[in-house]
Amino acid sequence: MTVTLGPPLTDAPARIRVDPTEPAVRRRFRPGPGLLAAGAYLVLLVVAAASPAALAPADPLAADPLAVLSPPGAGHWFGTDHLGRDVLTRVVHGAGHSLTIGVAATAIAVTGGVLLGLLAGLTHRVADEALSRTLDALSAFPMLLLALLFIAIAGPGTASLIGAIGIATLPHHARVVRGQTLLVRRSGFVEQAVTFGQSRPRLVLRHVLPNVVGPVPVLAVIGLGEAVLAAAGLSFLGMGPQPPSPEWGAMLSEGRNYLQVAWWISILPGLAVTATVVSLTVVGRHWQARFDGRRR
Amino acid sequence: MAPLVTVEDLHVDFDTPTGRVAAVRGISFTVDRGECVAVVGESGSGKSVTARTLVGLAGPGARIRAARLDLAGEDVRTHRARDWRRVRGRLAGLVLQDALVSLDPLRTVGAEVGEVLTTHGIVGRRERAGRVAHLLDLVHLPEPERRARQYPHQLSGGLRQRALIASAIAGEPALLIADEPTTALDVTVQAQILRLLAERRAAGVSLLLISHDLAVVAQVADRVLVMRDGRVVENGPTDRLLRAPEHPYTRQLLAAVPSASSRGRRLAATPPVAGARVALPARVEVRPADRVLDARGLTKRYGEHTVVRDVTFSVGRGETLGLVGESGSGKSTVARIVAGLLDPEAGTVSFEGTPWSAVRERTRRPMRRRLQLISQDPLSSFDPRYTVGQVIGENLDPDVDRRDRRPHVVDLLRRVGLGPDLLDRHPRQLSGGQRQRVAIARAIAPRPSLIICDEPVSALDVSVQAQVLDLLAELRAADGTALLFISHDLGVVHHLSDRVLVMHDGTVVEQGPVGDVFTHPRHDYTRSLLDALPTLVAAGRPQEERP
Amino acid sequence: MRALRAVARRIGAGLLVLWVAATAAYLALLAAPGDTVDNIIGDGADTPDIRAEIIAQWGLDRPAVVQYVDYLVRLVNGDLGRSYLLQRPVSDVIGEQLLPTLALAVAAAGLGVLLALVIAVATAGNRRPWLRRLSSGTELLLVSTPSFLIGLLLLSVLSFRFRFFPVSGDQGAGALVLPAVTLALPIAGLLAQVLRDGLDRAIDQPFVLTARSRGVRERGVLLRHALRHALLPAVSLAGWVFGIVIGGTVIVEQVFGRPGLGQVILSAVANQDMPVVLAVVTLSAAGYVVVNTAADLAYLLVDPRLRRS
Repeated sequence: MTVTLGPPLTDAPARIRVDPTEPAVRRRFRPGPGLLAAGAYLVLLVVAAASPAALAPADPLAADPLAVLSPPGAGHWFGTDHLGRDVLTRVVHGAGHSLTIGVAATAIAVTGGVLLGLLAGLTHRVADEALSRTLDALSAFPMLLLALLFIAIAGPGTASLIGAIGIATLPHHARVVRGQTLLVRRSGFVEQAVTFGQSRPRLVLRHVLPNVVGPVPVLAVIGLGEAVLAAAGLSFLGMGPQPPSPEWGAMLSEGRNYLQVAWWISILPGLAVTATVVSLTVVGRHWQARFDGRRR
Repeated sequence: MAPLVTVEDLHVDFDTPTGRVAAVRGISFTVDRGECVAVVGESGSGKSVTARTLVGLAGPGARIRAARLDLAGEDVRTHRARDWRRVRGRLAGLVLQDALVSLDPLRTVGAEVGEVLTTHGIVGRRERAGRVAHLLDLVHLPEPERRARQYPHQLSGGLRQRALIASAIAGEPALLIADEPTTALDVTVQAQILRLLAERRAAGVSLLLISHDLAVVAQVADRVLVMRDGRVVENGPTDRLLRAPEHPYTRQLLAAVPSASSRGRRLAATPPVAGARVALPARVEVRPADRVLDARGLTKRYGEHTVVRDVTFSVGRGETLGLVGESGSGKSTVARIVAGLLDPEAGTVSFEGTPWSAVRERTRRPMRRRLQLISQDPLSSFDPRYTVGQVIGENLDPDVDRRDRRPHVVDLLRRVGLGPDLLDRHPRQLSGGQRQRVAIARAIAPRPSLIICDEPVSALDVSVQAQVLDLLAELRAADGTALLFISHDLGVVHHLSDRVLVMHDGTVVEQGPVGDVFTHPRHDYTRSLLDALPTLVAAGRPQEERP
Repeated sequence: MRALRAVARRIGAGLLVLWVAATAAYLALLAAPGDTVDNIIGDGADTPDIRAEIIAQWGLDRPAVVQYVDYLVRLVNGDLGRSYLLQRPVSDVIGEQLLPTLALAVAAAGLGVLLALVIAVATAGNRRPWLRRLSSGTELLLVSTPSFLIGLLLLSVLSFRFRFFPVSGDQGAGALVLPAVTLALPIAGLLAQVLRDGLDRAIDQPFVLTARSRGVRERGVLLRHALRHALLPAVSLAGWVFGIVIGGTVIVEQVFGRPGLGQVILSAVANQDMPVVLAVVTLSAAGYVVVNTAADLAYLLVDPRLRRS
């Protein structure tokens, strides 16, 4: 037992309060320009995924032999590719692929992760040990290789990508949830609730579950960014939706043969991936910071 | 000769995201050579910032203004980083609270102490080990050569603190600044560290002692400065300040210290009445024979380590039993066993005449509401998602109608001195004292016959502690609730308890009526505890009001 | 003695994970579609005699448990099986292509760690706010950008435009520079974030205040005190970095047309040459376990507090 009087004294001035009876004034939430831009981009992305024609009415597969490899300009903002297809139209139509794969894979990973994590965190030590070791073993496989193994069994395509990325990222989520569950189970307020005479199921439902599951959406947003990145990588290797589907990674792969003469075919879809992941990370981190602030 | 330290009209402001905050607002003082000056204040008084400003470490974002800021004849107001480095360790050494975190946990004690020597080029590489051993010997660290090779976590709290002091005096500075140097320590160790500091002062070092505890600094300081809200409210020789405090705040601080002489009276007078104490409401009759709780032969082991050994005691209806012990004495383990959160290896607990330990949780559950627990850190005992209203409402009788719950909670808040405006606030938005009041409101909600209070006031400032102790005393008188009051602070226990239990190394070394045990201790350990206890000079205490 | 026990426990945990991983790989093989015999025959002649011979030769008629134990025994002896496609021992196929991949992985990991250290130490604390903002923005970009895009950008600028480096191939050290940089940048981005976070947290600790009060320079505070504390969380990421590097080599080898394990596994996946796929996957899991166990042991070395229990 250690006894501390007064706040811990560190070199951080932000924690200095003049009146100890007056809690620090909480700052009102004001989103910065970065967060706004990231949010706007994500909204655009969702619109593009839901109804791409609203943003880019042209056909993403329509080739125009008269306008092959034309650079970005007034007619084609992102230029055209080796078949004369409009790159912007294809990027817009590709959003659906990326988001579908990302969201579905994250859903698998988060759902499975939460269930396994809760199971490990709430059950007996033996079950926990067995589950944890299995998760350890599963995370020993590098994500990309595990995905390749999955594809070797199930063949390339969207469904394979979803399954592969979902399973490969599941152990991480399961571990986080398990850790959080143990933390909450051993926390002071759960112990205190025991002294109120609450039954175990009631304790779990009222105190453990809400505090474990609360941060999960935040995790999911950041995990979604990783899934989109992984999907692009696997598609680049030819394991995802097959050409001529306008998938971002696949577009890069197709365009890289023309890199020397027409950089826009491959670089611009790549930048779409980067912008998506950056936006998701910015929004996710901000949410997380707010969440942590609320719990402190 | 000019003073070693001269401070005139010092202001320290901090730029924070929420605006500029004034931490120190125009203070002046001096420290003479060989003098010990203490700065006393509660949290937020600006005492630590003042200390750190003297070594240029007030922190990033600090804005410092002063009419004079002299250290050993040097004007340090215009000092740049280089100049400060020359001052630190060589002109002034700094000792912080709790060496477990104030010494680098990844480096050996020897490396930490030796760092000063290398930084200032005091001794060559070859003589370093010898000098480090000499320094550790100087602070009475046994086996200095072996200790120098150990890491901070391998040393006990007291030895660690000695090592920290050794590192601060390694550069032979004329000024030693000690910021809460004994705060995390047990009372017996605290006494040793204070003796060590006094020894350094006798060797000619000036001391600037920062503390929240008047009784502690009274042991060594020549002069005391009382700070509040960034200002010095009173400054005078220790004797005079304790004997005849001039400022109402100083008086209030002195009156707030619980002890034998404050029994039965309020610690926090509202409004503060000079030199007078107000009696607490009379209590219902205490019936020790009618036992609420009976613990026999409790034993608990962790691995090969026995933390609690054959502990037997009982609590009578309406009685307050104090449980005193230093860290590691096993008192918190006893609290957890009694609270039914931990099963003992041997021994039994019975509560209100029914078996309490070694029964299924299902059996215990209906009785749970009769026995409540208040812990040291109320915030961690609240679900982080809950508002104050939900926290308290959770412990209401489940049969209370949904519509009646809110008035119930408001009533409970009123009983602990809080307004209904807090209902929808989150506990983390409250101050430490308010949080502990919420915890108390939650504990009294089911009208328990016994409340276990595990160090309930240890994290609070002395004036807030006084208010919370007064509140507990009032509630106890009104409800006739028995308390098992666990604390490391003998003064607090003496103030509040009817009987006391002294624990040491997992066993009860002595128990009896609080007056007997504290005035005629029979066990050596109790005696050493009482000897180590820093007390305010009796004459300095405010006059008692005759009942 | 206690330290020794801690070491033994960590190695034991590593072996356990390795065994579970090998078993998982075996189960994956069973889950593979199509008949094993069909896969082995491929486009070759298909008669009942040949089928019987294959079944006998590969021991496919034995009970599943026996095959599993046999698989484990062979694995321990370094026998990774035969490639269906190439009809050669898998260990030979991998052995030939291991070196270029290893060179790339080591170069990238080393460069990434070095870059991260320099960036984190230069931007920790609040000494140069503008530099800090710039570097955390850059790190976010690097972490969020697919490595093939980084590679293509580097190629189009440094190789096509300025012709500083060869476009592809594995000739000499020059050909290693761009792939290694491509792979190192995202690693540096993430590690720099973790390290700087750790440094910032350490700087807020009381022991740093104590060190400063001794007159220690800011550089000394960072390097002698804060950096060790910041290394702890970074070391625990070693296994993760290994995974990224191994996965990354597959993509980067593809971008730069380098030979290596990447080409091997991609063609194996395309042709469902399961022994090769499984061997590469199992090997990388083993590599992960080795790296992770080494990181755990390094942890013990850095933090004396862990040596106790």
